[in-house]
Amino acid sequence: MSDQKATRDGYGKGLVEIGKDKKVVALDADLSESTRSAWFKEKYPDRFFDIGIAEADMIGTAAGLAACGKIVFASTFAVFATGRTYDQIRASVAYNKLNVRIIGSHAGLLTGEDGASHQSLEDISLMRSLPNMTVIQPADFIEAKKAVLASLTYKGPIYLRTGRTKLPVIFNEDHKFRIGLGIVLKKGTDATIFATGTLVHEALKAHEALKEQKINVNIVNIHTIKPIDKELIIKLAKETKAIVTAEDHNIIGGLGSAVAEVLSENMPCIIERIGVKDKFGESGKSEELYEKYGLTAESIIKAVKKVMKKKVE
Amino acid sequence: MEMTLITSLNQKAKQTRKDILEMIAAAASGHPGGSLSATDIIVTLYYHKMNHNPKNPKWPDRDRFVLSKGHCCPALYSVLARSGYFPVSKLNGLRKIGSMLQGHPNMKSTPGIEMSTGSLGQGLSVANGIALAGKLDKKSYNVYCMVGCGESQEGQIWEAAMTAAHYKLDNIIGIQDNNRLQIDGFTDCVKCIDPITEKWRAFGWHAIEINGHDFNEIIAALDEADKIKNKPTMIVANTIKGKGISFMEDKVGWHGKAPSKEQLKEALEELR
Repeated sequence: MSDQKATRDGYGKGLVEIGKDKKVVALDADLSESTRSAWFKEKYPDRFFDIGIAEADMIGTAAGLAACGKIVFASTFAVFATGRTYDQIRASVAYNKLNVRIIGSHAGLLTGEDGASHQSLEDISLMRSLPNMTVIQPADFIEAKKAVLASLTYKGPIYLRTGRTKLPVIFNEDHKFRIGLGIVLKKGTDATIFATGTLVHEALKAHEALKEQKINVNIVNIHTIKPIDKELIIKLAKETKAIVTAEDHNIIGGLGSAVAEVLSENMPCIIERIGVKDKFGESGKSEELYEKYGLTAESIIKAVKKVMKKKVE
Repeated sequence: MEMTLITSLNQKAKQTRKDILEMIAAAASGHPGGSLSATDIIVTLYYHKMNHNPKNPKWPDRDRFVLSKGHCCPALYSVLARSGYFPVSKLNGLRKIGSMLQGHPNMKSTPGIEMSTGSLGQGLSVANGIALAGKLDKKSYNVYCMVGCGESQEGQIWEAAMTAAHYKLDNIIGIQDNNRLQIDGFTDCVKCIDPITEKWRAFGWHAIEINGHDFNEIIAALDEADKIKNKPTMIVANTIKGKGISFMEDKVGWHGKAPSKEQLKEALEELR
């Protein structure tokens, strides 16, 4: 059994690591313990500012700091980090291409018991539609940390989506992470599964089960949803001609949409999208919610069989 | 000496008002009312108060100005051009396709613009961020931020007001262009913001109320702000929308409308 750690912990670790650089400044909106920016606060109190329960003000403050050459990490729950602040991110951050990193923690149904008000299922869609914005969702603790390290030298704003719940650590410290490049985790010829975040883990489970049924699929970890790895998507679509996408997000506007956009213009191909079917969530344990809303290995397996069948027809 | 300064600022203000009207008339759209109410303050900041270098717009030690009420940018564009940030000939490109002078300020296209604004309520938070960076970098610059009176109906202004007071940002000097008019009418009728000066005080700011068209009062308030330590200062400047042009003064209709050829001629006559 591998280690279990949350991606928000990877964020906290990474932030402390790059904190050596004096240009790094962190802000939070009264959720620093939850988002893990508190780990930075402990080490570098002079460069941490709690803006209180005022997310819009936090984003504006971040823009001002970034305009003076700081690399600013502004964190809160994903639902507030992107929804409540959309106009501030659009007008003050994205329009000016400033080095602000917006960290949305507790994203998706994975958030569980807090219910629909706190389960951000639209954030990727919102951020993806903003010019200049890069959108990243790491699949495990190590990848979250690597994303933070990579962000230190990256130009322009980034939205980093993290989660609360502990997940298996699937990468090691040698993990090669480059913003914008998808990672093929398993190779196969029958179909390709593009997954992001927690659904990468479900896709890996699906891969095992399918293998036993003599079905071999590619599993691709799409950690960067924008800019999306177009070449890789087209190449694997050409090779397998059957695609499944999987994400803990509304099927409108997220990874599934991004992949469908690439395919429809370049390599029209059979596709099934696993995600929340344009609904709000509810309270419950994450695993219960994943079951109820179809974000499981079983749903992915069914979708793989469906696209393979359609391909033959 | 003092008289020479005031005379000179008066001349600069006239020139700025002339530019504003000509630019907006040439663009056939824009916001003359608020630009004219903000003129005397912006003129005092750039031609007298602020430490800045038009030949080096990114000079790290410069004082900064954030125009949170971004729609009043014609006044700022005129002052920036005539200070030497870009050629005066660019002014007639306002709002035209491909121009460096966007309808609302864009820091990417216009030298001297510190922050893109236009969506109201955001500038004071940005100014706080610039002020915090100044403190972190041990710089002595000031950050001037102009907010509108209608703009203070935005909740984010008050979030930012709390942040500035909490972090004791004495390098923030806000100026509220209190012309009492917004698009739908008088602020008193649309949604009352009063007692506005007391509100700033209650939020932990040092507040000074002045006549925003009296250069002596503007200069005195800006100088007073320099002496205030451990808290931000807000200068509530009582102004007249459309100031300087008799048929525009206090008229809500001139918030966002360009003068016709005849109206421009008449207005320029008044500024002679």
